[in-house]
Amino acid sequence: MSDVWRRFARDKAALVGATVIVIIAVSALAAPVVAPFDPNEQFFEGLTLAGAPRPPDAEFWLGTDLLGRDLFSRLVYGARASLIIGVAANAAAVLIGTALGMTAGFVGGWAGSLIMRFTDLMMAFPALLLAIALAAILTPSLWIVALVIALVNWVQIARVIYTQTRSLAERDFIEAARSLGANWPRLVLRHVLPHLVPTILVWSTLGIATTVLLEATLSFLGIGVQPPTPSWGGIIFESQSYFLHAPWLVFFPGAAILMLAMSFNLVGDALRDALDPTQRGRG
Amino acid sequence: MIFWGNEYREETMRKTLLAGAAALALSLVVVGPAADAAPQHGGQMVVTYKDDVSTLDPAIGYDWQNWSMIKSLFDGLMDYEPGTTVLKPDLAESYTISDDGLTYTFKLREGVTFHNGREMTADDVKYSLERVVDPATQSPGQGFFWSIKGFDDMASGNASELSGVTVIDPYTLQIELSQPDATFLHVMAINFSFVVPKEVVEEYGADFGTHPVGTGAFRMTDWTLGQHVIFERNPDYYDADLPRLDRIEFQVGQEPSVALLRLQRGEVDILGDGIPPAQFLEVMGNDEWMDNVIEGGQLHTGYITMNTHMAPFDNKQVRQAVNMAINKDRIVQIVNGRAVPANQPLPPAMPGYDPNYEGYAYDPDAAKALLAEAGFPDGFETELYVMNTDPNPRIAQAIQQDLAVIGVNAEIKSLAQSTVIAAGGEEDQAPMIWSGGMAWIADFPDPSNFYGPILGCGGAVPGGWNWAWYCNEELDAMAAEADGMTGEDQADARLEKWRLIFISIMDDAPWVPVFNEQRFTMHSDAIAGETDEIFVDPVHIPVHYDYVYSTAAQ
Amino acid sequence: MLGYLARRLVQSAVILIGITMITFILSFLIPADPVRMIAGRSATAETVESIRHQLGLDQPIPVQYVRYVSRLVQGDMGRSYVQKTEVATLIWSRLPATLLLMAGAIAFELMIGLPAGIYAAARRGRIGDRGVMLLSFTGVSAPQFVVGLLLLYVFANLLAWFPLGGYGSFGHLILPALTLGITGGGWYSRMTRSSMIDVLGQDYIRTARAKGSSETRVVLVHGLRNAALPMIAMIGLDIGIFMSGAVVVESVFGWPGIGQLAWQAIQRIDIPIIMGVTLVAAVAIVVGNLIADIATSLFDPRVRLG
Repeated sequence: MSDVWRRFARDKAALVGATVIVIIAVSALAAPVVAPFDPNEQFFEGLTLAGAPRPPDAEFWLGTDLLGRDLFSRLVYGARASLIIGVAANAAAVLIGTALGMTAGFVGGWAGSLIMRFTDLMMAFPALLLAIALAAILTPSLWIVALVIALVNWVQIARVIYTQTRSLAERDFIEAARSLGANWPRLVLRHVLPHLVPTILVWSTLGIATTVLLEATLSFLGIGVQPPTPSWGGIIFESQSYFLHAPWLVFFPGAAILMLAMSFNLVGDALRDALDPTQRGRG
Repeated sequence: MIFWGNEYREETMRKTLLAGAAALALSLVVVGPAADAAPQHGGQMVVTYKDDVSTLDPAIGYDWQNWSMIKSLFDGLMDYEPGTTVLKPDLAESYTISDDGLTYTFKLREGVTFHNGREMTADDVKYSLERVVDPATQSPGQGFFWSIKGFDDMASGNASELSGVTVIDPYTLQIELSQPDATFLHVMAINFSFVVPKEVVEEYGADFGTHPVGTGAFRMTDWTLGQHVIFERNPDYYDADLPRLDRIEFQVGQEPSVALLRLQRGEVDILGDGIPPAQFLEVMGNDEWMDNVIEGGQLHTGYITMNTHMAPFDNKQVRQAVNMAINKDRIVQIVNGRAVPANQPLPPAMPGYDPNYEGYAYDPDAAKALLAEAGFPDGFETELYVMNTDPNPRIAQAIQQDLAVIGVNAEIKSLAQSTVIAAGGEEDQAPMIWSGGMAWIADFPDPSNFYGPILGCGGAVPGGWNWAWYCNEELDAMAAEADGMTGEDQADARLEKWRLIFISIMDDAPWVPVFNEQRFTMHSDAIAGETDEIFVDPVHIPVHYDYVYSTAAQ
Repeated sequence: MLGYLARRLVQSAVILIGITMITFILSFLIPADPVRMIAGRSATAETVESIRHQLGLDQPIPVQYVRYVSRLVQGDMGRSYVQKTEVATLIWSRLPATLLLMAGAIAFELMIGLPAGIYAAARRGRIGDRGVMLLSFTGVSAPQFVVGLLLLYVFANLLAWFPLGGYGSFGHLILPALTLGITGGGWYSRMTRSSMIDVLGQDYIRTARAKGSSETRVVLVHGLRNAALPMIAMIGLDIGIFMSGAVVVESVFGWPGIGQLAWQAIQRIDIPIIMGVTLVAAVAIVVGNLIADIATSLFDPRVRLG
């Protein structure tokens, strides 16, 4: 374990990424303390008389949005939506994908084949269109959005887990254990799952980059979390029509999304390298 | 395309400059007051839209983009004076109404031809009316023709013709109504009644919408999906003075902000989608461009509906309290002043509007007090449905904040347009709906159009558009009475009756009227209209294509 | 190989049928009434019901599905509920824009990714390598709409080098394609880098050196050859991704592709269009995946096909 950590720590960029994640997570948790204003309060002085938002100044550090709300406060609170949905969606996707992949790989035969064919089917489904359709069917809320993203994202994990489980299942010791009559749930949990942990761990971090981006995209299209809950993508959605005149409303939230996704990408990538030294030759 | 257009324009400009010079020379000789002559023909214009044109079939087309385009390709028995809401005969040369108000006899103009050369006769009018009522056409306008005798039979598929429509001779058409209908002439002016040639419809079937052939001032000569639609003047149009332009190019897929820049560079003449919100302030503050923007009212009201069948909105005092809690000035500020606050269902441009009515003043304290009186001193929880395209979620959030001030916690449900509409049509789903994006714009300039489907008992049904589920039998009876007042001498009394109906509705307060959107049409210097109203025509939205003329051609 | 292809073909057909089924069901699950949207707001209840009957929407869903599929195999994708235009015509009119964007995007991904990967491999382990890889990460971590808006703001608004969105000339293509290229190029640069590094330690490099050929040239040639198949695999996957509607980029730049068509159709519950676009996109994904799988197996014999 300490080996892994040492290898991980050698990747400076990953360390920075991890720090960023921690900072964002802490400020999201401590949002009421960190944010100078209520994120949903629409200030009269937040807009010019003609209804235009204000650029960054001493009072509103990052400016205001089109309803006169403090952008900085909304960004801080918006981290909650991004993190909660990003983590929850990915966790669900990993859960579903692992469960299906493991079952298919272990059980094999026609049942396993069927599950994998279903996975192929879902993989051929245009992801964003599926998300849009699901969002139209279900009334978006924080958890529904997470669910929609999970339903779109579980496929890749399932395939990877399946392949790994397949090769594991064919190994002798499994055959031996099976012939000895060990019941298969125990087999799976005791002997297969531990080998899958590195993969699951890597996907649990790398996947969050994808889910964070997807959440931002759905919010940008107007089908993300319900207003007035602050969401980085949602801020950009509301401010689009003004962006040539109030570009800060696009770039600050955009930078936040980028930072978060990138941090998870860096951490996940470094984790993958650290957990699987054989990959290092290509790293 | 643009290159071609500029060349065309330069060519025309050169020719007309020479002609103009010659005319100027001549006019120096001829002294005397110039007669009020119609503007010269010629020139072309470019109009931009973001979305593709969906269809140009008058029986089907029902969005604000193709509404005016169809009006230029086709004609109906009646039309409106340009820039106004005053009816005038169009394909009908004259008409008479029987004393009991049940029989209309239209004398048609002779010599009107379709774009394919064939002369239009009364048979064509009958065919067109029957086509709209025929369920096979799936026309969204079918319901407008309810008062024609035989409508029920044909609409339900039991008859293959409208018994009330009779062709007396090729230029005389008689229409019998099942009951007097004061809105009937408006219905004869609406797009759905426009005359189409049977042989072309039969040739193209469902594709007639992309191959429109009518009697209008313009003909469609090209439609490239996703790129442009071209109109050219109809040289055989019955009114030789119209249209003023030779050619219109509708360019689609144009982002409004891009279109604005192109207009300022001289490549575009009219912004079909209006001025984008962010640039609005900039344009209005710019001396150079201020004069190119014409402001006009629309027959539009944006409102919040409160479902009177869902507690606590079944309590009148609660609804009145909500009316007092909404800060309409701030909402108008949020939409950059492109609207005026409203205090009644009818927009100011609509006959029957009451300019003296004061409505519910903005007073959150009084609202809170009223709410307490109604039994909700601590407020209550509710939901506010809204369409999820900008700027509606923003407006909903402003409303939400106003409601929070008086203790009403409204959770916002921002959904696709079709979903909100469906929720509104259910009796127990949507307590409050902000109508933005789905707001009522009148189909024709008559107050009854603002009543039936959205405030009348007939609309308070599953799938209906009366999202407040408001049903006042007394007012329904008054409305029916008002629409029975067809005599010309009764016109004023009728409007007075409608005024009373809507003011009474405000007393019951099933809605919070929030604002009336103003229309701002921006046009280039190359295009002008005899009056400013041409650019903000209340009926031929956004612009009356037949009447705008090219300054270069003068 | 032929047998494999035949099997994949059958599989693909099954997958496509499955997709039509799922899409159909999802369309009907949307809590709104397509007939109401067609009939408009002034329609009477009779009008609504007659339209419903005409479109066959009063039939049970399985019956409707069978009707749809039987028409589909005859090449009839139906007509838009709202516009009455044939779905095939609508999709066909937008396909060129989508294909153009896809081609442009892949071109930019390669133009950005290949040189970056080669450079990184050459500077392996050093700052240059780390820097390029970091940039790659930044690219793929950036939301498309942010990159798109940023490019619009700088290059179209401030510098006015390109039009502010729209479609029609080569200039219109640059920014949207570049957006997709930036956000996708990072994967290509990583792959190129790995392929180049693989080659670096090989025997034929030493042989070439001994023979006196330029090392750079040998590395480049062999490295790129090594990268060819993985690259094809990635392009195959990209085809699927881009064809399934670059909805976001289309929205930001006003690009008239099939993504926008699908988005509007879902808003208005124009079921025939939803079905048509999903089908076209799914076909692209299936074909793209097939290309990717074949390329991958050719590259790495350890990966068994099927």
